[in-house]
Amino acid sequence: MKDLKTAILMLIIFTVICGGVYPALVTGIAQAVFPYQANGSFIVDKNGRVVGSALIGQPFSDPKYFRPRPSATPDFAYDPLGSGGSNSGPTNRAYLATVAERVKSLRNAGLSGSVPAELVQASASGLDPHISPEAAMAQVPRLAGLRGVSEVALGRLVQAHTEDRQLGILGSQRVNVLELNLELDTLKP
Amino acid sequence: MNVFELLETISFFTILLILVKPVGAFMARVYQGERTFLSPVLAPCENLLYRICGINRDEEMGWKRYARAMILFNLALFAALFAMLMLQHMLPLNPLKLPGFSWHLALNTAVSFVTNTNWQAYSGESAVSYFTQMAGLAVHNFVSAATGMAVVIALIRGFVRRKTSMLGNFWLDMTRGALYILLPISLIAALVLVSQGVIQNFSPYKTVPLVQPASYDKPKQDTTGKPVKGEKGNPVTERVTVKEVTIPMGPVASQEAIKELGTNGGGFFNANSSHPYENPTPLSNFVEILLILLIPGSLTYTFGLMAGNTRQGWALLAVMLLVLIVSFGVLQGVESIGNPLVSKLGVRGVNMEGKEVRFSLAGSSLFTVSTTGTSCGAINTMHDSLTPLGGMIPLSLILLGEIIFGGVGSGLYTMLAFAVIAVFVAGLMIGRTPEYLGKKIEVREMWMSILTILTAGIVVLVLSGIAMISPSATASMANPGAHGLSEVLYAFASMSNNNGSAFAGLNANVSFYNILGSIAMILGRYVPAVAVLAMAGSLAEKKYVPPSLGTLPTDKAPFALWLALVILIVGALTFFPALALGPIAEHFMMNM
Repeated sequence: MKDLKTAILMLIIFTVICGGVYPALVTGIAQAVFPYQANGSFIVDKNGRVVGSALIGQPFSDPKYFRPRPSATPDFAYDPLGSGGSNSGPTNRAYLATVAERVKSLRNAGLSGSVPAELVQASASGLDPHISPEAAMAQVPRLAGLRGVSEVALGRLVQAHTEDRQLGILGSQRVNVLELNLELDTLKP
Repeated sequence: MNVFELLETISFFTILLILVKPVGAFMARVYQGERTFLSPVLAPCENLLYRICGINRDEEMGWKRYARAMILFNLALFAALFAMLMLQHMLPLNPLKLPGFSWHLALNTAVSFVTNTNWQAYSGESAVSYFTQMAGLAVHNFVSAATGMAVVIALIRGFVRRKTSMLGNFWLDMTRGALYILLPISLIAALVLVSQGVIQNFSPYKTVPLVQPASYDKPKQDTTGKPVKGEKGNPVTERVTVKEVTIPMGPVASQEAIKELGTNGGGFFNANSSHPYENPTPLSNFVEILLILLIPGSLTYTFGLMAGNTRQGWALLAVMLLVLIVSFGVLQGVESIGNPLVSKLGVRGVNMEGKEVRFSLAGSSLFTVSTTGTSCGAINTMHDSLTPLGGMIPLSLILLGEIIFGGVGSGLYTMLAFAVIAVFVAGLMIGRTPEYLGKKIEVREMWMSILTILTAGIVVLVLSGIAMISPSATASMANPGAHGLSEVLYAFASMSNNNGSAFAGLNANVSFYNILGSIAMILGRYVPAVAVLAMAGSLAEKKYVPPSLGTLPTDKAPFALWLALVILIVGALTFFPALALGPIAEHFMMNM
């Protein structure tokens, strides 16, 4: 049948064009023009060692670091091989108990006032590298005590790491937790 | 909604509306075989392709042959992808040595990508090799989208042509759609996305040390891989310290661009467009939403232009915009209130469960309504974790039949079927013979329109019903109670309407959902597509009836409003009982 033969030939040709030529072309141009982004936006320290990706969050649980968002990746938090959210429904009791526990842990770490939602609710990707500037500022008093740095200096650090809305209006203001913590380590190990 | 979010939303719709006319006009030229500014480069490729495949570019097809060519092509695509998924361990570009799929997962996945659904019962980074992503899944993103566009173009020709049985040539429409429209836009979009941080490489996964090592309790397994149980039957765990993590790499940007543009939605990674490597910045998010709505929106202009009256197209676009903006407003509103059960714990702010900080609430909500109003199904927000009424918005947009912009091609042809129904119902009320675009609407058109709009709905309700009485199906629910029903309803709504997003808590990789889901996707895609072609065939044979005083003008605001009402009434009548038991019941439980 003529149409069947055409169908199979079309399948082969489009596999070559869309599955071969197109991605190869994008890769070639991307590697030439945007090599940093195309290869994963990796942060390199002054010794030339890769310390992480600016786009992929890391699990900080030590109280002497700024806390990132909770992550629902399986096995352990911020596992890049298991991206995803908790998919917990809003009335799920087990989920609400988890949130209550996170609130308690923040309170024990000295957080006062109302709790910023992103510090107790897990992100969609499980790898969200950001928190809001408010959520970072709320942690400043704890870190000032533990690190022996003045609150003012830490506040300035948070401000310096606050990314503004893109093009002035898009998205939200945000702080990259990994970059902030790396800076914190160089400021006062 | 703060002023920045408002500005973001307004600028989004402004840019979309500015693009509709030039892109729509360009697509009309492409499908009418006229020269475009891309012809000097692409026409030689196109001609070569026709020569190799033995396609005669002057040959026209009647509706049956057009439908047959479409189905044969899709069958070939299905067979190739099914084989590739089963055998990926024997194919190249598989640095992680990932194994082949189980047969029912391969079946579900192949059907899913051929039908433009892109339902994913697997997790991309841990199950699919670079070769399968590129030569399999990404190819389907192009051709399934081009297939949908070809069908709507055939339908438009049915309205426009007079006293002929010929609807055009499927091979030409398919090829031109992919070559002139999808590939060039994807190429540019992919590069814009890379500039924002979307990765594009073939490197092996990268191992990176953690600044602060993490430890967790890992369930202990014996040598056969079974969990070890303690004396009381409780699982034994061991403390594991993680010093470094493995970050997946891959050709993501090239796939991300077509995944949004072709309203496919199948993510490279499990987290889909919420993953920072798929959607790293607010700007990449903005561009991705624009890509989702670009072709479905612009096709309304293509339609108007080909039908000889662009206001016919604007009227349909107005209906889509109206429903989309209202849905956005509701979603944004309920999510900004947050979850009262969480607020009670002393937490302030919007519901952030399953959302990313960088997008802002408006960026999340806009993506959510766009991806479910169209049949895209990519997500930057976990729909399962939306508040009950918030989650009802994407669910309802899917249940309306994927017409609020809709899938590329499939959205407009389903919308046109609704327009035929609306004209018919209005005709009954005012006692006139119903006509649309100068063609009399008769019994055959009504049958085909009804098949087009009701197939998915019937499949959703029947299969969700079967799932509710099957213990193996209800065991997959991640959340108890009313929310569990929402998960199952969403799963079948998503598959039948070829959306592909999920209330992802549901463990869908079990044979029950894989097999019944495949049936849902096939029926939801091909019954409407063939019905639409049959309608196109019968419309093309009719003679033109010039508008008279008694003709209902279908290019004016009253008709647009009427059409919106018909859509909402059909949707509400079909699905209200199910929605009442799922999200609405949960809403009241949450606020008790």
